[in-house]
Amino acid sequence: MPEAGSTKVLDDQPVTLRRSSGLGAYLRSIGAIVWKDLVVELRSRELISAMLVFALLVILIFNFALELDIRTRETVTSGVLWVTFAFAGTLGLNRSMAVEKDRGCLDGLLLVPVDRSAIYFGKAIGNLVFMLIVEVIVIPLYSVLYNVNLFQPGLLAVILLGSIGYVAVGTLLSSMAVHTRTRDVLLPILLFPVVLPVLVPAVKASNGFLQGFEMAEIWPWLNLLIVYDVIFIAIAFMVFDYVVEE
Amino acid sequence: MEPIPKTLKALNWITGALFVAALYMVLFFAPREAVMGDVQRVFYFHVAAGWVGALAFLVTAIAGGIYLARGERRWDLVAMASVEIGVIFTFANIVSGSIWARPIWNTWWTWDPRLVTATVMELVYIAYLMLRQGIEDPDRRARFGAVYGIVGFLSVPLTFLSIRIFRTIHPVVIGSGDPTALGAFDMSPKMRVAFFFSLFTFTFVYVTLLWHRLRLQRLSEKVEQMKMKILSV
Repeated sequence: MPEAGSTKVLDDQPVTLRRSSGLGAYLRSIGAIVWKDLVVELRSRELISAMLVFALLVILIFNFALELDIRTRETVTSGVLWVTFAFAGTLGLNRSMAVEKDRGCLDGLLLVPVDRSAIYFGKAIGNLVFMLIVEVIVIPLYSVLYNVNLFQPGLLAVILLGSIGYVAVGTLLSSMAVHTRTRDVLLPILLFPVVLPVLVPAVKASNGFLQGFEMAEIWPWLNLLIVYDVIFIAIAFMVFDYVVEE
Repeated sequence: MEPIPKTLKALNWITGALFVAALYMVLFFAPREAVMGDVQRVFYFHVAAGWVGALAFLVTAIAGGIYLARGERRWDLVAMASVEIGVIFTFANIVSGSIWARPIWNTWWTWDPRLVTATVMELVYIAYLMLRQGIEDPDRRARFGAVYGIVGFLSVPLTFLSIRIFRTIHPVVIGSGDPTALGAFDMSPKMRVAFFFSLFTFTFVYVTLLWHRLRLQRLSEKVEQMKMKILSV
């Protein structure tokens, strides 16, 4: 999307979106929010670089903590990857909401006459994109550093599904945590126990693909993962209104 | 100070009497389990405490939903009070399970999925209490509490599903369980009576505590108002 196009969408919103509640307008307002986040990130580059460096550091620490020799590597790779993604993800989620809050942008966003859930989906998709970018860089790096082939379609699909679930809850909870006194500290405490139903099947399914298990053994985990993705997105969609209500 | 309502007074006595009866049922009425011996008697209150934990969190989720729909503050109070009780009972559930596991599984703790998910459930609601503590605006506190109560409750069904999805050594006593689980047993009719009586009793304990907690909240708010009045004079 060219930049001129995006500003046009923003300008149009007050006029068009209130009256035409069509799907197109809804999707356009989601797109505008995602685009805004991406543009901000493109200019500052503070979020992704922080997440990325942090992710690499986590992997390095795991290297020392677990003595990742060839045999342990096979069994713990999926765990290391998901812990890395989860930790880096929290960093990104915290930051992306804190930016909105600190500069009063959240209030501005809420004033925009679009459905509140569009704001949720916009922020969630933005967060997802950041997380995926980090993953896209971490995965080949990990493959090279530890000589493990992570480029398996099944594994990549699991990583995508897991990230979706993680971001779906994470965006909702980070928009709550940002209003509390201990916000940076609180987000992981709120998020990790709740997102476990996504992380556990994601780790198990990734492990299944890495170890070359049969699909019959992996499917229950994939099903659980998909079910929780759907549940979390639906719930977040329903309750987000109440979180941002003033 | 406002007197304790009559119904609550009666409920106190009923719950107390039921609890004594439940203790008798569990300790004397129920037969000793042939393989595990007396330690199996932990089971009755263990499951009952777990039941109250799950019930309390369900009440929190429902009360949260009603609060979001209607915006009446009392539902928020119910949700919060219920979490406090649920956290205590889930803790009792985990500790009593541990006491049972020591002789039967030969360890206090094992990273069995069922145990882990119960602990995760506990952590969700400790996080709930921390979330509430971090917010000053009462209206926002109530809204966020309701939302987190609903989202957090989604982790509870996993606790109960996990016993069937994961490979577990935790026995399933109700319904058809994996007979290879360590410490599984079939309940005799007398055991069944003691078991359901414990569940019944603990439900009463829950309701009584909830009521007391709500009353306490009202009283403490009254005290707060009086304090403000005196300070402002």
